[in-house]
Amino acid sequence: MTFLGMPGAPRGVGQLRQREPFPQAAASALGDRQLRRNLGHATSTIRVKRAAAVAEVADWEQLRVAGAAIKDEVLAHLDRYLVQLEAQVVARGGTVHWADDANQANQIVTDLVRATGQAEVVKVKSMATQEIGLNEALAAAGITATETDLAELIVQLGHDTPSHILVPAIHRNRSQIRDIFLKEMPDAPPGLTDEPAELTAAARAHLRRKFLAAQVAISGANFAIAETGTLAVVESEGNGRMCLTLPRTLITVMGIEKIIPAWRDLEVFLQLLPRSSTAERMNPYTSMWSGAAEGQDFHLVLLDNGRTATLADPAGRAALRCIRCSACLNVCPVYERSGGHAYGSVYPGPIGAVLSPQLTGVADNPDLPFASTLCGACYDVCPVAIDIPAMLVHLRSRVVDDKRARHHGPIPDTPEAAAMRALAWAMSDQSRWAWALRASRAGRLLGRRRGRIRHLPGPLAAWTVSRDLPRPPAQTFRDWWLTQPRASQRAAASPGLCLSPRTHPRGDEGETREGGASKAARRRAREEN
Amino acid sequence: MSREEILRRVRAATADIAGPLDIPRRYQTAGSAPGQTDDGLADRFAERAGDYRATVRRCRAADTAQVIADAVAARAARLIGVPRGFPAEWSALLPHPVADEPPLDIAALDALDGVVTTCAVAIAETGTIVLDTGPGQGSRAFTLVPDYHLAVVRTGQIVATVPDAVAALDPARPLTWISGPSATSDIELTRVEGVHGPRTLDIVIVGSRR
Repeated sequence: MTFLGMPGAPRGVGQLRQREPFPQAAASALGDRQLRRNLGHATSTIRVKRAAAVAEVADWEQLRVAGAAIKDEVLAHLDRYLVQLEAQVVARGGTVHWADDANQANQIVTDLVRATGQAEVVKVKSMATQEIGLNEALAAAGITATETDLAELIVQLGHDTPSHILVPAIHRNRSQIRDIFLKEMPDAPPGLTDEPAELTAAARAHLRRKFLAAQVAISGANFAIAETGTLAVVESEGNGRMCLTLPRTLITVMGIEKIIPAWRDLEVFLQLLPRSSTAERMNPYTSMWSGAAEGQDFHLVLLDNGRTATLADPAGRAALRCIRCSACLNVCPVYERSGGHAYGSVYPGPIGAVLSPQLTGVADNPDLPFASTLCGACYDVCPVAIDIPAMLVHLRSRVVDDKRARHHGPIPDTPEAAAMRALAWAMSDQSRWAWALRASRAGRLLGRRRGRIRHLPGPLAAWTVSRDLPRPPAQTFRDWWLTQPRASQRAAASPGLCLSPRTHPRGDEGETREGGASKAARRRAREEN
Repeated sequence: MSREEILRRVRAATADIAGPLDIPRRYQTAGSAPGQTDDGLADRFAERAGDYRATVRRCRAADTAQVIADAVAARAARLIGVPRGFPAEWSALLPHPVADEPPLDIAALDALDGVVTTCAVAIAETGTIVLDTGPGQGSRAFTLVPDYHLAVVRTGQIVATVPDAVAALDPARPLTWISGPSATSDIELTRVEGVHGPRTLDIVIVGSRR
């Protein structure tokens, strides 16, 4: 399936693509014990807190349903809302720019900064500007951009890339952060310890002069209200307020899907977002402004960069509901172990696995839809109820379709396809299947030492690249069954128990994909509505 | 033109969707919270604002000036910015008030020890105050640059929920929602209060029973 006339995010700019296949990237991350400890500690902490913050809200499921519906309405009529937002921002003294892709957006922002005559800008943490590689583009134009969010500052000073949507330096622990500050921050106090409060104070002192002198700021936006032209930035540290308020010129870069229709709709998202992301009842600071506030020069850059291509897929467009809370990262068993860098894109974790391949086109991120166990925890916690597991399955099929479409001539068989065909042949006949199971005992020749098979031979080796295989049992279940007395066979085969191969019921496949918790959540949502 | 191109792409991408979608609002909307007394809301607001390490004091209207002066003294703050429209009887006992009229520039704000303001709305459920740069609140920079902020909330300004607050606010004005002092959880997800905004937030609730 391709979407004609809907180009994805261009190559060679920004950070949306895998640099190496996910299994390799994850393997090197898994080998880093410090990284695993940092991640395990951080994600388990936030999981517990989020659950408590959400449990406190009696109408959480109803808010979720409303949040999903509001976003779907925006996506369904995005053309109208974009035009409305533009008219409102312009009516209130702002200027609106439209950018097809990362290159255009970078050019627009660079030109706007140049027009001010400034060579330095301060930045509020923004996923959109990370996505398009704005800092690199500005640097190429001789403009220095200073990240002011603490975690982004840690990433920038460490010459690193973000690994989490909310806490980009989640992969660093306190002593690593102290080392980065001592090495890269000229005004860091020499006796700096690794106490988070002291590290934070050092960052405050470092950035304060920049804030008070800044003439140009660049931000993202969490929400843009079409009805009123109001932009909203949700933050904690006050660096957002500093950037949004003090400089004369404010440039906001925003993905076109960040719109919500009406002022009133904020009441839903200002409940869903803080509790899902930082597990707070409310984040410390939220700034809202409509057009040129308090005499500022305000520019809004509306960014496509693959969003319309995502919008064109009816089974994938719900990924654009995402409000970047990162709850799905924190509950994901894959993310918790591999960390964010393994995904290659600024959008890691479950949401990244569905968003990045759609923004770039699946050909450029072919592994990401497979970087999941489909356990469903991400869907359970998603405040806008994005069915990420179903979308992953859909994108897996798009990856395969895309490979087929781009291949000229007959496609050579993969070992996986050959194995599946052999399995289908064996399973379609009872005696063949019984023979195949017995034959599998030959596998007992392997893995004798550890009781597990670490490496399969020949083309089967692909299976054991990223997993061990249990050693086959000495006796198959069927053989054991035949040794049992008839009476106990009959008792076991009574309705409700499916022990006998002959009485195995059909159907129910639809139930196997989702995790149990996810099903329970759906049932709850159904009952409450 | 990118504008037309993006709109064209959007229309093509959504051609399969017809009609407006239904938005079910079965959550607790504005005004639907069970009726609460001003004192009940003030109790909840005080508790929730306190959870975020804002220091909350409550007083009768007649004691406001004294309570504000005591709070400022307890912070060892000397130079206190007083915005236009801040009730004169409330700032009467401040030893070193600095009038924000004409508006102080950034350097002058940076020289202050703190500021006192009123607010537009307060939210009981989340312990949030909202400023809309109206009378008694100063500009957005006024409550941002100094390291200490004391906000006075009248009990009648406290609403129960976030939807109540959204309904009470005017989006045409610049709004700042404040829930406790600035904070970060960027280092190992450990919460640290006091980053770039005011590191100390005091709240005085006026007109409650205590």
